Amino acid sequence: MLLFLLRRIGLMIITALCLTLVVFYLTNLPAKLETLAKTQAGSRMTDAEVDNWLDRNGYNAPVLVRYGEWLGVIPGWTRSTEDGTVTGRCVGFADDNPEAAGDRCGLLQGQWGFSTRFSNDVSDVLSARLGATGLLMLWVLIVMVPMALLLGILAGMREGSRTDRSLSTVAIVTTATPEYVSGVVFIALLASSGIGLSPFLVNLGVIEGPVLFQGNARSALESITFSNFTLPVMTVALYGMGYIARITRASMTEVMTQQYIRTARLKGVSFGKIVVKHALRNALIAPFTVIMLQIPWLLNGVVISEVLFSYPGFGWTLYEAAVNNDIELLLASSVVAVVVVLITQLISDIGYVYLNPRIRIS
Amino acid sequence: MEPLSGLEIVARILQQLLPVWVALVLTFGLSIRFKRRLGLYGKLFDSNVGMIGFGIVMFWLFTALFADLIITHDPLGQVSRMRNKFPGEPLPRPDDLYAYYLLGGDSLARDVFSRVVMGAREVLRIAPFAAMISFMIGITLGLPAGYFSGKLDTGLTFLANLVLAFPVILLFFLLVAPEIQNTLIPVSMAGILFLVPILFVTVLLNSRFYTQPSKRNLYVGVVLAVGAWAYIGLVFDADPTGIWSMSPNLLNVFVAVVFVNAPTVFRIVRGITLDIKTRDYVAAAQTRGEGAWYIMLWEILPNARGPLIVDFCLRIGYTTILLGTLGFFGLGVSPESPDWGSTINAGRRLLTIYPHPALVPALSLMSLVLGLNLLADGLREESLKD
Repeated sequence: MLLFLLRRIGLMIITALCLTLVVFYLTNLPAKLETLAKTQAGSRMTDAEVDNWLDRNGYNAPVLVRYGEWLGVIPGWTRSTEDGTVTGRCVGFADDNPEAAGDRCGLLQGQWGFSTRFSNDVSDVLSARLGATGLLMLWVLIVMVPMALLLGILAGMREGSRTDRSLSTVAIVTTATPEYVSGVVFIALLASSGIGLSPFLVNLGVIEGPVLFQGNARSALESITFSNFTLPVMTVALYGMGYIARITRASMTEVMTQQYIRTARLKGVSFGKIVVKHALRNALIAPFTVIMLQIPWLLNGVVISEVLFSYPGFGWTLYEAAVNNDIELLLASSVVAVVVVLITQLISDIGYVYLNPRIRIS
Repeated sequence: MEPLSGLEIVARILQQLLPVWVALVLTFGLSIRFKRRLGLYGKLFDSNVGMIGFGIVMFWLFTALFADLIITHDPLGQVSRMRNKFPGEPLPRPDDLYAYYLLGGDSLARDVFSRVVMGAREVLRIAPFAAMISFMIGITLGLPAGYFSGKLDTGLTFLANLVLAFPVILLFFLLVAPEIQNTLIPVSMAGILFLVPILFVTVLLNSRFYTQPSKRNLYVGVVLAVGAWAYIGLVFDADPTGIWSMSPNLLNVFVAVVFVNAPTVFRIVRGITLDIKTRDYVAAAQTRGEGAWYIMLWEILPNARGPLIVDFCLRIGYTTILLGTLGFFGLGVSPESPDWGSTINAGRRLLTIYPHPALVPALSLMSLVLGLNLLADGLREESLKD
């Protein structure tokens, strides 16, 4: 088991290095650097001035060298002008202390860079945003997982029954509804004061305010309420739910045809008890791995939902960074995203081994 | 003139879609009449779910085909004073135009109905094609990985996992951007990705007919000629006749979508191959002395068709969702484009006041994907029966 873990972690690190290199390369293309120079130092620069600016700010080194600098394994670049001021990658990080020039300062040293979009340190921006998204994800999982499992178990209990048919259709419909569709439908139906359900409910006197739910979740940063957080959570949860439910159903139907279930039935155990005591544990192995692997897919939904409901979390930051060519922030966000994906994969593998006694890794 | 009532709108839309109904009735009539002779396709008409799914998919396919007959207005044309009008609103001065905006006007005073119909064409032009290329790539790499195992398998699996570990949305932000289009990246990626289908078909035919050189030369020659023609047109946009062409925008989108899809197909094909290569008929072919590619393409692949056809349907749906995502973020499409994703994106700003410009394409996209999922479900059920 330890060896397996070590191998997996080693592979994970290699994957992370490859992926960050690709991201680094794609965000540091010459065209993007030129845009960066123009937004930072004036949009009417000539090509020579752009070149000069890039050189002064250490962007002219080969990609691999700069990747090493960014990672923190190669000493940062230094330049000294004629009047003796020393500039360098690490000087800026160390409160403009020239002695820091030539040190290693990168990801490994905790220096994530500076965000041009938010005019703040990337690490500060990201840690605040990640907290917000963590909260969103938590609620998404709280809503999605029990509903999906329930849907799948109820459908898979009696294969081919009417319950199975109707619940399976529900699952298919949710997998066909991407986040931007469900979000738009939710807002139009539930969060508009002119149309949909809200005016009707206001007329009846059921709700106080103008709308049932709010279409903008920015206020959820201060305090999460039922009214401002339901729609973003439901938007993300709905799309992932159907898939997990279908996997659960498939795994449940398979378990229900096993010999030991028949034995239990012949012994006279009640149907409810069979499902809860005998079938569930075996039926939940597959959904568990799928739920873990679903988390990276949720990232998609999180970005869409956060942009749609203007909830300033990680997904929204990623979008802003990409749209505004904020290279350092985009790089850092990518690293976070990639690490989340790899860790969930690892957990899913370990969990699979742990839950399924038939698989032994020696 | 008075705005149309709800019933009148529905009646007029149904009337406008007349060519689609005719085509649907013909398709279903003929298919059900001859279903016993049509193999898996015919069996589809035994399952309700499959039939409903097939109906929805064909509805959109015919809508895309007959889009020119169906639309009531120019999808890009603006009519003054029709901005954000609700469904059924009459035009102020129709002259020789259709007198109503059946599903209302969008924020630029364009007809929502016509745009959605044209959007179907945009989506169905890319999604099936992208899914097909992804499949060819996945098959071409997945078969040898599963069949030969060893180092090749390890390497390819690592690469596939690498791509799969990328969050899709991040890949899109990085890969589909104006700055990237000016570099060699999309063209070189397209160069590699489009080469694989040609290789696939060539090897497919060569392994089958290499004992009959005259036939082989003819088939492979034709494939190579057509392939090279399409290749030049699609990758370098240099087809002299102009039949095969793709704008840099579209190429970029296409490459990104194929790149995201291919590794998943690879994993599926590899898994099935690992399973099938232990069967007796594969051992028999090996004993006969057949070549490795013959066994892979003519013994293993046909026997893997069930799950692959099902996944193909699902993948077209998923590709549609991905294209919508790209449009939603305004990536890689021109702002004028009537495709569903960017229409949703354009409509979401005024969503709480004027929901129809976003709601109509959103529901269309959902129904198409739903149709494809139901079709896949029906196919799975029917292919499991035999």
